[in-house]
Amino acid sequence: MRRFETYGKNIPGVDPGELTGWLIVIEGTDGVGRTTHVNHLRGVLEREGYAVAETGLTRSDLAAAGIRRAKEGNTLGSNAYNLFYATDFADRLERQILPALRAGFVMLTDRYTYSLLARAIVRGADPDWIKDVYSFSLKPDAVYYLRIDVPELVPRVLAQGGFDYWESGMDLPMGTDLFDSFVNYQTRVIDELDRLALEYGFETLDATRPIDETADDLSARVLRLLARHSHESEDAIPQP
Amino acid sequence: MNHVPAAHSAYGEVSPPWPGRLFIVEGIDGSGKSTQLTLLSQWLQGEGYPVVFSEWNSSPIVRNTTRRGKKRQILTPLTFSLIHATDFHDRVEREIVPFLKAGAIVLADRYVFTAFARDFARGVDADWVRGLYRLAVVPTMAFYFRTPLEVALKRILSGRPKLKWYEAGMDLGLHAEPQASYRIFQARILDEYERLVKEYPLTVMDATRAIETQQKLLRKHIAPHLVGLRRTDAMHAKVTS
Repeated sequence: MRRFETYGKNIPGVDPGELTGWLIVIEGTDGVGRTTHVNHLRGVLEREGYAVAETGLTRSDLAAAGIRRAKEGNTLGSNAYNLFYATDFADRLERQILPALRAGFVMLTDRYTYSLLARAIVRGADPDWIKDVYSFSLKPDAVYYLRIDVPELVPRVLAQGGFDYWESGMDLPMGTDLFDSFVNYQTRVIDELDRLALEYGFETLDATRPIDETADDLSARVLRLLARHSHESEDAIPQP
Repeated sequence: MNHVPAAHSAYGEVSPPWPGRLFIVEGIDGSGKSTQLTLLSQWLQGEGYPVVFSEWNSSPIVRNTTRRGKKRQILTPLTFSLIHATDFHDRVEREIVPFLKAGAIVLADRYVFTAFARDFARGVDADWVRGLYRLAVVPTMAFYFRTPLEVALKRILSGRPKLKWYEAGMDLGLHAEPQASYRIFQARILDEYERLVKEYPLTVMDATRAIETQQKLLRKHIAPHLVGLRRTDAMHAKVTS
Protein backbone atom coordinates (compact mmCIF):
# COMPACT_ATOMS: atom_id res chain seq x y z
CA MET A 1 0.00 0.00 0.00
CA ARG A 2 1.12 3.51 -0.81
CA ARG A 3 2.16 5.40 2.31
CA PHE A 4 3.63 8.81 2.87
CA GLU A 5 6.98 9.33 4.48
CA THR A 6 9.41 12.20 4.93
CA TYR A 7 13.02 12.63 3.80
CA GLY A 8 14.27 11.45 7.20
CA LYS A 9 13.10 13.73 10.00
CA ASN A 10 9.64 13.79 11.47
CA ILE A 11 7.15 16.63 11.35
CA PRO A 12 6.42 17.17 15.07
CA GLY A 13 2.97 15.81 15.93
CA VAL A 14 2.24 14.38 12.49
CA ASP A 15 1.82 10.73 11.50
CA PRO A 16 2.35 10.56 7.72
CA GLY A 17 0.42 7.28 7.74
CA GLU A 18 -2.86 9.17 8.27
CA LEU A 19 -2.46 11.02 4.95
CA THR A 20 -4.55 9.73 2.06
CA GLY A 21 -4.36 12.25 -0.76
CA TRP A 22 -1.79 12.66 -3.52
CA LEU A 23 1.13 15.02 -3.53
CA ILE A 24 2.05 15.98 -7.09
CA VAL A 25 4.92 18.34 -7.73
CA ILE A 26 5.57 20.36 -10.87
CA GLU A 27 9.17 21.52 -11.01
CA GLY A 28 11.05 23.61 -13.54
CA THR A 29 12.94 26.84 -13.75
CA ASP A 30 11.51 30.36 -13.83
CA GLY A 31 9.49 31.14 -16.94
CA VAL A 32 9.20 27.58 -18.23
CA GLY A 33 5.40 27.72 -17.99
CA ARG A 34 4.72 25.83 -14.76
CA THR A 35 1.75 27.99 -13.73
CA THR A 36 0.02 27.47 -17.07
CA HIS A 37 0.51 23.72 -16.76
CA VAL A 38 -0.69 23.59 -13.16
CA ASN A 39 -3.88 25.45 -14.14
CA HIS A 40 -4.50 23.15 -17.08
CA LEU A 41 -3.82 20.04 -15.03
CA ARG A 42 -6.17 21.19 -12.33
CA GLY A 43 -8.99 21.49 -14.88
CA VAL A 44 -8.29 18.01 -16.24
CA LEU A 45 -8.24 16.40 -12.79
CA GLU A 46 -11.41 18.13 -11.64
CA ARG A 47 -13.24 16.98 -14.76
CA GLU A 48 -12.19 13.44 -13.79
CA GLY A 49 -13.71 13.94 -10.34
CA TYR A 50 -10.61 14.55 -8.27
CA ALA A 51 -10.64 17.27 -5.63
CA VAL A 52 -7.61 19.48 -6.24
CA ALA A 53 -5.75 21.95 -4.01
CA GLU A 54 -2.77 24.10 -4.99
CA THR A 55 0.20 25.76 -3.43
CA GLY A 56 3.43 27.34 -4.61
CA LEU A 57 6.55 29.05 -3.30
CA THR A 58 6.20 32.05 -0.97
CA ARG A 59 2.45 31.68 -0.63
CA SER A 60 2.46 31.05 3.12
CA ASP A 61 0.26 32.96 5.51
CA LEU A 62 3.20 33.23 7.91
CA ALA A 63 6.25 34.28 5.92
CA ALA A 64 5.22 35.43 2.42
CA ALA A 65 4.94 39.11 3.35
CA GLY A 66 8.21 39.03 5.25
CA ILE A 67 10.11 37.46 2.36
CA ARG A 68 8.66 40.08 0.00
CA ARG A 69 9.79 42.88 2.30
CA ALA A 70 13.26 41.37 2.71
CA LYS A 71 13.63 41.09 -1.07
CA GLU A 72 12.63 44.71 -1.62
CA GLY A 73 15.60 45.86 0.41
CA ASN A 74 17.80 42.86 -0.43
CA THR A 75 18.74 42.94 3.21
CA LEU A 76 19.02 39.37 4.44
CA GLY A 77 22.18 37.29 4.48
CA SER A 78 22.16 34.18 2.28
CA ASN A 79 21.70 31.57 5.01
CA ALA A 80 18.97 33.68 6.54
CA TYR A 81 17.21 33.80 3.14
CA ASN A 82 17.47 30.04 2.82
CA LEU A 83 15.93 29.56 6.26
CA PHE A 84 13.23 32.15 5.59
CA TYR A 85 12.20 30.15 2.51
CA ALA A 86 12.28 26.99 4.63
CA THR A 87 9.96 28.70 7.13
CA ASP A 88 7.58 29.61 4.31
CA PHE A 89 7.70 26.03 3.05
CA ALA A 90 7.13 24.52 6.52
CA ASP A 91 4.11 26.76 7.09
CA ARG A 92 2.60 25.70 3.77
CA LEU A 93 3.42 22.06 4.41
CA GLU A 94 1.69 22.07 7.77
CA ARG A 95 -1.19 24.40 7.04
CA GLN A 96 -1.95 23.81 3.36
CA ILE A 97 -0.44 20.54 2.16
CA LEU A 98 -1.10 18.26 5.17
CA PRO A 99 -4.77 19.28 5.60
CA ALA A 100 -5.39 18.69 1.87
CA LEU A 101 -3.71 15.28 2.01
CA ARG A 102 -5.65 14.32 5.15
CA ALA A 103 -8.84 15.17 3.29
CA GLY A 104 -7.89 13.00 0.30
CA PHE A 105 -7.23 15.84 -2.14
CA VAL A 106 -4.76 15.89 -4.99
CA MET A 107 -2.28 18.56 -3.88
CA LEU A 108 -0.66 20.21 -6.90
CA THR A 109 2.41 22.13 -5.89
CA ASP A 110 3.98 24.63 -8.22
CA ARG A 111 7.60 23.91 -7.21
CA TYR A 112 8.59 22.13 -4.02
CA THR A 113 11.76 21.89 -1.99
CA TYR A 114 13.84 21.06 -5.08
CA SER A 115 13.72 24.56 -6.56
CA LEU A 116 14.61 25.90 -3.13
CA LEU A 117 17.57 23.53 -2.94
CA ALA A 118 18.68 24.58 -6.41
CA ARG A 119 18.48 28.32 -5.72
CA ALA A 120 20.32 27.86 -2.39
CA ILE A 121 23.08 25.68 -3.84
CA VAL A 122 23.63 28.03 -6.79
CA ARG A 123 23.99 30.85 -4.23
CA GLY A 124 26.73 28.93 -2.45
CA ALA A 125 24.90 27.04 0.31
CA ASP A 126 26.44 23.77 1.50
CA PRO A 127 24.28 21.16 -0.33
CA ASP A 128 24.34 18.74 2.63
CA TRP A 129 23.29 21.46 5.03
CA ILE A 130 20.34 22.70 2.99
CA LYS A 131 19.15 19.13 2.25
CA ASP A 132 19.22 18.41 5.99
CA VAL A 133 17.20 21.56 6.64
CA TYR A 134 14.44 20.20 4.37
CA SER A 135 14.63 16.63 5.68
CA PHE A 136 11.20 17.09 7.34
CA SER A 137 9.54 17.44 3.93
CA LEU A 138 7.18 14.76 2.59
CA LYS A 139 8.29 12.63 -0.32
CA PRO A 140 5.84 13.44 -3.13
CA ASP A 141 4.05 10.76 -5.16
CA ALA A 142 5.69 12.16 -8.25
CA VAL A 143 7.78 15.10 -9.41
CA TYR A 144 7.26 16.21 -13.01
CA TYR A 145 10.21 18.25 -14.17
CA LEU A 146 9.46 20.61 -17.05
CA ARG A 147 12.87 20.80 -18.63
CA ILE A 148 14.11 23.53 -20.92
CA ASP A 149 17.46 24.97 -22.00
CA VAL A 150 18.40 28.61 -21.64
CA PRO A 151 18.24 29.42 -25.43
CA GLU A 152 14.61 28.20 -25.52
CA LEU A 153 13.85 29.90 -22.23
CA VAL A 154 14.93 33.40 -23.34
CA PRO A 155 12.08 34.08 -25.82
CA ARG A 156 9.50 32.86 -23.28
CA VAL A 157 10.82 35.15 -20.59
CA LEU A 158 10.85 38.05 -23.08
CA ALA A 159 7.22 37.31 -23.94
CA GLN A 160 6.36 37.37 -20.23
CA GLY A 161 7.78 40.85 -19.73
CA GLY A 162 11.54 40.44 -19.47
CA PHE A 163 14.18 39.50 -16.95
CA ASP A 164 13.32 39.58 -13.26
CA TYR A 165 16.05 40.76 -10.86
CA TRP A 166 16.02 37.59 -8.70
CA GLU A 167 15.37 35.17 -11.56
CA SER A 168 18.51 36.60 -13.15
CA GLY A 169 20.54 36.09 -9.98
CA MET A 170 21.30 39.83 -9.88
CA ASP A 171 21.70 39.63 -6.11
CA LEU A 172 24.95 37.75 -6.75
CA PRO A 173 25.32 39.00 -9.64
CA MET A 174 26.51 36.51 -12.23
CA GLY A 175 27.26 38.81 -15.13
CA THR A 176 27.95 42.40 -16.06
CA ASP A 177 24.34 43.08 -17.07
CA LEU A 178 20.86 41.64 -16.59
CA PHE A 179 20.97 39.41 -19.68
CA ASP A 180 24.43 37.94 -19.01
CA SER A 181 23.54 37.31 -15.40
CA PHE A 182 20.23 35.71 -16.43
CA VAL A 183 21.98 33.33 -18.81
CA ASN A 184 24.67 32.34 -16.32
CA TYR A 185 22.30 32.05 -13.39
CA GLN A 186 19.64 30.04 -15.23
CA THR A 187 22.30 27.75 -16.70
CA ARG A 188 23.47 26.98 -13.17
CA VAL A 189 19.91 26.51 -11.85
CA ILE A 190 19.02 24.14 -14.68
CA ASP A 191 22.26 22.17 -14.12
CA GLU A 192 21.36 21.85 -10.47
CA LEU A 193 17.78 20.79 -11.22
CA ASP A 194 19.16 18.16 -13.64
CA ARG A 195 21.34 16.83 -10.83
CA LEU A 196 18.43 16.78 -8.40
CA ALA A 197 16.29 15.04 -11.06
CA LEU A 198 18.69 12.08 -10.98
CA GLU A 199 19.11 12.10 -7.23
CA TYR A 200 15.38 12.25 -6.43
CA GLY A 201 13.99 10.42 -9.46
CA PHE A 202 11.97 13.14 -11.20
CA GLU A 203 9.98 12.33 -14.32
CA THR A 204 11.50 14.69 -16.86
CA LEU A 205 9.28 16.19 -19.58
CA ASP A 206 10.62 18.03 -22.59
CA ALA A 207 9.11 21.49 -22.11
CA THR A 208 10.44 22.89 -25.38
CA ARG A 209 7.53 21.28 -27.22
CA PRO A 210 4.36 23.23 -28.06
CA ILE A 211 2.45 23.96 -24.87
CA ASP A 212 -0.56 21.74 -25.73
CA GLU A 213 1.69 18.78 -26.36
CA THR A 214 3.49 19.17 -23.03
CA ALA A 215 0.17 19.71 -21.24
CA ASP A 216 -1.34 16.53 -22.73
CA ASP A 217 1.77 14.55 -21.86
CA LEU A 218 1.67 15.83 -18.27
CA SER A 219 -2.06 15.14 -17.77
CA ALA A 220 -1.74 11.63 -19.20
CA ARG A 221 1.12 10.83 -16.81
CA VAL A 222 -0.72 12.18 -13.77
CA LEU A 223 -3.95 10.36 -14.63
CA ARG A 224 -2.02 7.09 -15.02
CA LEU A 225 -0.41 7.62 -11.63
CA LEU A 226 -3.71 8.34 -9.92
CA ALA A 227 -5.39 5.33 -11.54
CA ARG A 228 -2.54 3.04 -10.48
CA HIS A 229 -2.87 4.07 -6.86
CA SER A 230 -6.63 4.45 -6.73
CA HIS A 231 -7.95 4.03 -3.20
CA GLU A 232 -10.72 1.75 -4.34
CA SER A 233 -10.93 -0.65 -7.24
CA GLU A 234 -13.63 -0.22 -9.85
CA ASP A 235 -15.65 -3.20 -8.52
CA ALA A 236 -15.71 -1.66 -5.05
CA ILE A 237 -17.72 1.27 -6.37
CA PRO A 238 -21.32 0.71 -5.24
CA GLN A 239 -23.95 0.18 -7.93
CA PRO A 240 -26.52 2.97 -8.12
CA MET B 1 42.61 29.94 7.39
CA ASN B 2 39.47 28.44 5.96
CA HIS B 3 36.28 29.42 7.75
CA VAL B 4 33.92 27.49 5.48
CA PRO B 5 32.85 24.43 7.45
CA ALA B 6 33.39 21.09 5.82
CA ALA B 7 30.32 19.14 4.78
CA HIS B 8 28.71 17.34 7.71
CA SER B 9 30.70 19.18 10.33
CA ALA B 10 28.57 19.45 13.44
CA TYR B 11 27.97 22.69 15.30
CA GLY B 12 31.10 23.62 17.23
CA GLU B 13 33.66 21.88 15.07
CA VAL B 14 34.91 24.92 13.22
CA SER B 15 36.37 27.89 15.09
CA PRO B 16 36.09 31.31 13.49
CA PRO B 17 39.37 32.82 12.26
CA TRP B 18 38.47 36.43 13.02
CA PRO B 19 40.24 38.69 15.52
CA GLY B 20 37.15 39.61 17.62
CA ARG B 21 35.74 37.69 20.56
CA LEU B 22 32.27 36.28 21.04
CA PHE B 23 30.91 35.68 24.54
CA ILE B 24 27.44 34.30 25.00
CA VAL B 25 25.17 33.67 27.97
CA GLU B 26 22.51 31.00 28.31
CA GLY B 27 19.99 29.96 30.95
CA ILE B 28 16.28 29.75 31.60
CA ASP B 29 14.17 32.88 32.12
CA GLY B 30 14.95 34.39 35.51
CA SER B 31 18.49 33.02 35.68
CA GLY B 32 19.93 36.54 35.81
CA LYS B 33 22.06 36.07 32.68
CA SER B 34 21.01 39.37 31.06
CA THR B 35 21.94 41.30 34.20
CA GLN B 36 25.37 39.66 34.18
CA LEU B 37 25.89 40.41 30.50
CA THR B 38 24.98 44.07 30.97
CA LEU B 39 27.44 44.41 33.86
CA LEU B 40 30.11 42.71 31.79
CA SER B 41 29.50 45.08 28.90
CA GLN B 42 29.86 48.14 31.14
CA TRP B 43 33.17 46.86 32.46
CA LEU B 44 34.51 46.05 28.98
CA GLN B 45 33.50 49.44 27.62
CA GLY B 46 35.11 51.12 30.59
CA GLU B 47 38.31 49.24 29.75
CA GLY B 48 38.17 50.69 26.24
CA TYR B 49 37.13 47.62 24.27
CA PRO B 50 34.68 47.98 21.39
CA VAL B 51 31.55 46.08 22.49
CA VAL B 52 28.51 45.07 20.46
CA PHE B 53 25.32 43.42 21.75
CA SER B 54 23.30 40.86 19.84
CA GLU B 55 19.99 39.83 21.28
CA TRP B 56 17.90 36.77 20.56
CA ASN B 57 14.99 37.37 18.22
CA SER B 58 15.94 40.87 17.13
CA SER B 59 16.59 40.80 13.38
CA PRO B 60 14.61 43.78 12.06
CA ILE B 61 13.46 41.96 8.91
CA VAL B 62 12.52 38.64 10.46
CA ARG B 63 11.01 40.02 13.67
CA ASN B 64 7.80 41.16 11.94
CA THR B 65 7.14 37.64 10.74
CA THR B 66 7.84 36.15 14.17
CA ARG B 67 5.52 38.70 15.73
CA ARG B 68 2.80 37.92 13.19
CA GLY B 69 3.10 34.21 13.88
CA LYS B 70 3.00 34.67 17.64
CA LYS B 71 0.16 37.18 17.64
CA ARG B 72 -2.05 35.01 15.46
CA GLN B 73 -0.84 31.82 17.17
CA ILE B 74 -0.10 30.12 13.86
CA LEU B 75 3.43 29.00 14.74
CA THR B 76 3.93 25.25 15.12
CA PRO B 77 7.01 23.68 16.76
CA LEU B 78 8.50 23.34 13.26
CA THR B 79 7.89 26.91 12.07
CA PHE B 80 8.76 28.30 15.52
CA SER B 81 12.12 26.58 15.20
CA LEU B 82 12.72 27.71 11.60
CA ILE B 83 11.78 31.36 12.07
CA HIS B 84 14.11 31.64 15.06
CA ALA B 85 16.89 30.00 13.06
CA THR B 86 16.24 32.55 10.29
CA ASP B 87 16.48 35.41 12.76
CA PHE B 88 19.65 33.96 14.26
CA HIS B 89 21.41 33.52 10.91
CA ASP B 90 20.48 37.02 9.82
CA ARG B 91 22.05 38.38 12.99
CA VAL B 92 25.15 36.21 12.55
CA GLU B 93 25.61 37.37 8.97
CA ARG B 94 24.81 41.05 9.51
CA GLU B 95 25.77 41.77 13.12
CA ILE B 96 28.09 39.17 14.56
CA VAL B 97 30.53 38.21 11.77
CA PRO B 98 31.33 41.75 10.53
CA PHE B 99 32.09 42.90 14.09
CA LEU B 100 34.23 39.85 14.81
CA LYS B 101 36.14 40.60 11.62
CA ALA B 102 36.58 44.16 12.83
CA GLY B 103 38.06 42.97 16.13
CA ALA B 104 35.12 43.84 18.42
CA ILE B 105 33.79 41.97 21.43
CA VAL B 106 30.34 40.65 20.60
CA LEU B 107 28.08 39.78 23.53
CA ALA B 108 25.08 37.61 22.77
CA ASP B 109 22.15 37.19 25.15
CA ARG B 110 21.08 33.61 24.25
CA TYR B 111 22.65 31.65 21.44
CA VAL B 112 22.21 28.28 19.69
CA PHE B 113 21.66 26.46 23.00
CA THR B 114 18.42 28.37 23.55
CA ALA B 115 17.15 26.90 20.31
CA PHE B 116 18.48 23.42 21.11
CA ALA B 117 16.76 23.40 24.51
CA ARG B 118 13.48 25.11 23.56
CA ASP B 119 12.86 23.37 20.28
CA PHE B 120 13.58 19.98 21.82
CA ALA B 121 11.16 20.84 24.64
CA ARG B 122 8.61 21.47 21.87
CA GLY B 123 9.13 18.00 20.41
CA VAL B 124 11.38 18.92 17.48
CA ASP B 125 14.06 16.40 16.49
CA ALA B 126 17.28 17.20 18.40
CA ASP B 127 19.67 16.32 15.56
CA TRP B 128 17.70 18.31 13.04
CA VAL B 129 17.88 21.47 15.19
CA ARG B 130 21.63 21.02 15.67
CA GLY B 131 21.90 20.69 11.91
CA LEU B 132 20.06 24.00 11.36
CA TYR B 133 22.75 25.75 13.41
CA ARG B 134 25.67 23.81 12.00
CA LEU B 135 27.16 26.95 10.43
CA ALA B 136 26.87 29.13 13.55
CA VAL B 137 30.01 30.92 14.70
CA VAL B 138 31.52 29.13 17.69
CA PRO B 139 31.76 31.45 20.74
CA THR B 140 35.05 32.24 22.45
CA MET B 141 33.30 31.27 25.68
CA ALA B 142 29.74 30.21 26.45
CA PHE B 143 28.30 30.59 29.95
CA TYR B 144 25.34 28.71 31.35
CA PHE B 145 23.69 30.34 34.36
CA ARG B 146 22.42 27.37 36.31
CA THR B 147 19.38 28.19 38.42
CA PRO B 148 17.07 25.90 40.37
CA LEU B 149 13.64 25.91 38.74
CA GLU B 150 11.84 27.34 41.80
CA VAL B 151 14.27 30.25 42.12
CA ALA B 152 13.83 31.25 38.47
CA LEU B 153 10.07 30.77 38.57
CA LYS B 154 9.78 32.96 41.66
CA ARG B 155 11.76 35.76 39.96
CA ILE B 156 9.61 35.66 36.84
CA LEU B 157 6.19 34.91 38.27
CA SER B 158 6.35 37.39 41.15
CA GLY B 159 7.22 40.33 38.90
CA ARG B 160 5.28 39.71 35.74
CA PRO B 161 2.19 37.55 36.04
CA LYS B 162 0.96 38.03 32.44
CA LEU B 163 2.76 35.35 30.42
CA LYS B 164 2.75 35.30 26.64
CA TRP B 165 1.29 32.32 24.77
CA TYR B 166 4.48 30.79 23.37
CA GLU B 167 6.58 31.87 26.34
CA ALA B 168 4.32 29.78 28.57
CA GLY B 169 4.43 26.86 26.12
CA MET B 170 0.63 27.09 25.70
CA ASP B 171 0.99 25.86 22.11
CA LEU B 172 1.94 22.45 23.52
CA GLY B 173 -1.28 21.92 25.46
CA LEU B 174 0.62 21.06 28.64
CA HIS B 175 -1.88 22.75 30.91
CA ALA B 176 -4.90 25.01 30.43
CA GLU B 177 -3.58 27.55 32.91
CA PRO B 178 -0.63 29.68 31.64
CA GLN B 179 1.36 29.71 34.88
CA ALA B 180 1.06 25.95 35.33
CA SER B 181 1.98 25.43 31.67
CA TYR B 182 4.96 27.77 32.06
CA ARG B 183 6.26 25.73 35.02
CA ILE B 184 6.09 22.45 33.10
CA PHE B 185 7.66 24.01 30.00
CA GLN B 186 10.52 25.69 31.90
CA ALA B 187 11.23 22.41 33.72
CA ARG B 188 11.59 20.66 30.36
CA ILE B 189 13.93 23.38 29.07
CA LEU B 190 15.99 23.20 32.25
CA ASP B 191 16.36 19.42 31.86
CA GLU B 192 17.55 19.91 28.31
CA TYR B 193 20.07 22.61 29.32
CA GLU B 194 21.53 20.15 31.82
CA ARG B 195 22.00 17.66 29.01
CA LEU B 196 23.60 20.33 26.79
CA VAL B 197 26.13 21.15 29.52
CA LYS B 198 27.45 17.60 29.16
CA GLU B 199 27.43 17.73 25.35
CA TYR B 200 29.03 21.16 24.72
CA PRO B 201 31.78 23.28 26.30
CA LEU B 202 29.47 25.47 28.37
CA THR B 203 30.99 27.07 31.46
CA VAL B 204 28.53 26.60 34.30
CA MET B 205 27.90 29.60 36.56
CA ASP B 206 26.12 29.19 39.88
CA ALA B 207 23.32 31.73 39.45
CA THR B 208 22.25 31.45 43.08
CA ARG B 209 25.37 33.32 44.21
CA ALA B 210 25.31 37.07 44.85
CA ILE B 211 25.19 39.11 41.64
CA GLU B 212 28.52 40.83 42.32
CA THR B 213 30.21 37.49 43.12
CA GLN B 214 29.02 36.05 39.80
CA GLN B 215 30.22 39.15 37.98
CA LYS B 216 33.69 38.91 39.51
CA LEU B 217 33.95 35.30 38.48
CA LEU B 218 32.67 36.07 34.98
CA ARG B 219 35.33 38.76 34.50
CA LYS B 220 38.00 36.34 35.73
CA HIS B 221 36.92 33.81 33.12
CA ILE B 222 36.94 36.36 30.35
CA ALA B 223 40.11 38.31 31.15
CA PRO B 224 42.58 35.76 29.64
CA HIS B 225 40.68 35.95 26.33
CA LEU B 226 41.15 39.70 26.05
CA VAL B 227 44.90 39.51 25.62
CA GLY B 228 45.91 40.99 22.28
CA LEU B 229 42.58 42.74 21.62
CA ARG B 230 42.83 46.32 20.49
CA ARG B 231 41.30 49.00 22.63
CA THR B 232 40.88 52.73 22.51
CA ASP B 233 41.02 55.30 25.25
CA ALA B 234 37.72 54.87 27.08
CA MET B 235 37.04 58.57 26.60
CA HIS B 236 36.94 58.07 22.83
CA ALA B 237 34.70 55.06 22.89
CA LYS B 238 31.11 55.52 21.85
CA VAL B 239 28.67 53.14 23.50
CA THR B 240 27.26 50.91 20.77
CA SER B 241 24.72 48.81 22.62
